[in-house]
Amino acid sequence: MTQAESTALARDPALKRIARFLGDNPMIPLIVLLLLLVGVLEFMRPGIVNERWIANTVKFAIPLAMLAACQTMTMLTGGIDLSAAVAATITGFVMATQVPIVGVPWAIVIGLIPAILIGLVNGFGVAFCRVHPLIMTLGTGLIGTGCLQVYQRFVLSTGSVVPDSLAWLGTGRTWGWPNSLLLFVPFAALLIWGQKRTGFGRLLYALGSNETASRISGVRAWQVYLALYALSGLVAGITGLLYVGLIRAPSLSLVNPLMLPSVAAAVIGGTSIFGGRGGYSGTILGALILTVLGTLLTLLQMPEGARRILFGAIILVVTTIYVRLTDQR
Amino acid sequence: MTGQEAATSLLLDARGVSKRFGAVVALRDASLTLRKGEIVALMGANGAGKSTFVKILTGALQRDGGTIRIRGQESSARSPAGARAAGLVPVYQEPSLIPDLDVADNLRLGGTPVDPFRHWVAELGIKDLRLDAMIGQLPLATLRILDLARALASKPDVLLLDEMTAALPTDLVERVLKTVRAEADNGRSVIYISHRFSEISELCDRASILRDGATVGDLPIEDRVEDKVVELMLGASLGSGEAPAAQARPVPEGPPSLRVRSLAAGRKLTDVSFDLHRGEVLGVVALEGQGQDELFDVLAGLDRPESGEIEVNGSRALFRHPADAIAAGHVLVPGDRAHGLLMERSVRENIALPLVARARKWGAIRMKDEARRVSGAIERLQIDTRAQGEVQRLSGGNQQKVTIARWVAKGVETLLLFDPTRGIDVRTKRQIYLLVRELAGQGASVLYYTSELGEVAMACDRAVVIFNGRSVDTIEAADASEENLLRAAYGLTETADVPA
Repeated sequence: MTQAESTALARDPALKRIARFLGDNPMIPLIVLLLLLVGVLEFMRPGIVNERWIANTVKFAIPLAMLAACQTMTMLTGGIDLSAAVAATITGFVMATQVPIVGVPWAIVIGLIPAILIGLVNGFGVAFCRVHPLIMTLGTGLIGTGCLQVYQRFVLSTGSVVPDSLAWLGTGRTWGWPNSLLLFVPFAALLIWGQKRTGFGRLLYALGSNETASRISGVRAWQVYLALYALSGLVAGITGLLYVGLIRAPSLSLVNPLMLPSVAAAVIGGTSIFGGRGGYSGTILGALILTVLGTLLTLLQMPEGARRILFGAIILVVTTIYVRLTDQR
Repeated sequence: MTGQEAATSLLLDARGVSKRFGAVVALRDASLTLRKGEIVALMGANGAGKSTFVKILTGALQRDGGTIRIRGQESSARSPAGARAAGLVPVYQEPSLIPDLDVADNLRLGGTPVDPFRHWVAELGIKDLRLDAMIGQLPLATLRILDLARALASKPDVLLLDEMTAALPTDLVERVLKTVRAEADNGRSVIYISHRFSEISELCDRASILRDGATVGDLPIEDRVEDKVVELMLGASLGSGEAPAAQARPVPEGPPSLRVRSLAAGRKLTDVSFDLHRGEVLGVVALEGQGQDELFDVLAGLDRPESGEIEVNGSRALFRHPADAIAAGHVLVPGDRAHGLLMERSVRENIALPLVARARKWGAIRMKDEARRVSGAIERLQIDTRAQGEVQRLSGGNQQKVTIARWVAKGVETLLLFDPTRGIDVRTKRQIYLLVRELAGQGASVLYYTSELGEVAMACDRAVVIFNGRSVDTIEAADASEENLLRAAYGLTETADVPA
């Protein structure tokens, strides 16, 4: 949008009203965009949009949306969690390799521990050493990847097993609905409720909006950061468990392809990377939009390079327009 | 012809300078003349337009109207660099040196010749300065001297000194004053901005006084000029001041709820003592930068004291974090609203913020209870919440009310108000005075710093005056005429009226 156009937008009362309406109801343009993409898909391949396709889309959008929860929560405070995909991968891989040794329940517990640990280290660095979250989580992500490679050498002989229960949760369907909704619906409900209606959720917005004001109001930021990044690690770990159930082939780069899409889902969903604005409902729509967009680009049968270029460009355009439409400043 | 001659003999001749910021008129008719070898004090109370005028003179701001001639030539300085080229070099209160470079690099950046610089540094009393010393590791006093030496080394025609002696130890002050006087005798002209009358009468030839954006007087420095200067700074409000709305009440009986003794913090706050009782509104009167910022920061737990005592209800208190201060009942309304508000969040979230701040309140919020408290506070402060989606859409007055409403909803014992009425409309101001009195009536203690002296008589029971980091006087509301306050704020009435 050019300077002149944006000034016109600010001047025209009708457009201003629309902008304000969208600013107060930021979900609407996202829903419109999602339906639009589905419409284009149906237009290109009539009949493709059926029950099975929807279930499949949802199944693949859920791990993305869960990993994007880590980004949403940390971005609300003005942070980010670039170690989330690594934490998820570690949990998935460690769990699968521990199953033959200690059994499923203990394997899940052992798998989640390093994810939470990564989160705690992130929280410690952000809260006490005042390292920028971008650098902090990038660093712990690299360290985590390295540790996983070392760990792999010790478990080469044991092999890995993906428990049936996780495979059922990750890929199974009941009455046409993906079983992963059993995990995701309560998860999303808890997050959407918690972000506005718990003290912790409010503090995420408060810290991202103005850390000084929060401090003056008596908020001890370190407590929030420590808890937040540990929680983000835990959520990433759970995502890893679900994802390994979906893919059923644990590897050292299991969840890594979801890393940047998880950031994109949160940003498309209207969460500001500068903190203080946004929420998880938008992120869920963002994850769905990205998943549908992925299908669409696959159907176009373009070479991989062109698909990536288009994917990146669409994300940029959508985000720019969306921020313009809903931003009041 | 004589007029023309007079005009050209003036080194600097600014006339009728005006400047608006949107609807706010910062300067209406500011003038300043400066002859060769003259030292002129530029004076004015807070908000008189002094800093705007200085910024225009030094090219940092562009004037809307009026003329500025330098050596008879219309000045076309469009930037600080332009003003420098025309011979006007400022030395600001905050040294303009880059902390991450060493002394030599800083000189190179400004194109300052090294030898004259070394000469002036030695002349001003700094021995053994290493040119490879990092600026960031030098003490502030040294930096101010370096800044001045750098300015002198560029051989300016006009030197503008802004509170040059603040943060300097006494021996350096004397060296600076001596050097400035000697340079003036050598033909340099100086614009001298200071809050210290003693220096002005020692150093300056004339004083030019600003009030409400206009120059209202230009006086030669002579005996008892202080009285005239204070009179001019206050103008019509002197004598015709409104009758104090607050009845000066006797000092409440019993032990104080807050007892501060010899408090020192940072560079500016050196020795402040006062008592604050329940039900009392204690004003804090100080010119800009006398240590009041540090005082409020310490009392709110944002900063730690270096020495001195704070007693809350009879027991010593040390606040490591604002949360500690809040637990002791001390709550702060900061001077800058942008520091106090979550601009992108709703009125409700802003007001309810302290209610969820502590870790044990991280769980589910009792929405009904919160709604009741928030709407109670909104009603009490009469906040216009038509635009309550985001606080940044509210007017300045309503924003300020939100920062206060937050503590009304939480419950206050000691309210620390730092200039709460700055930049808001008269109606809102009155509501705030009333609220402050009402809170005090209900047993709260209020510490009220204001940059508007007239407010003291309206909102406070008494006022403690801080000058140069020390509490120098306590004035009852009945005696709190603007003249008395201003004289005290300029350190002209040091008495032993301070609790020891």
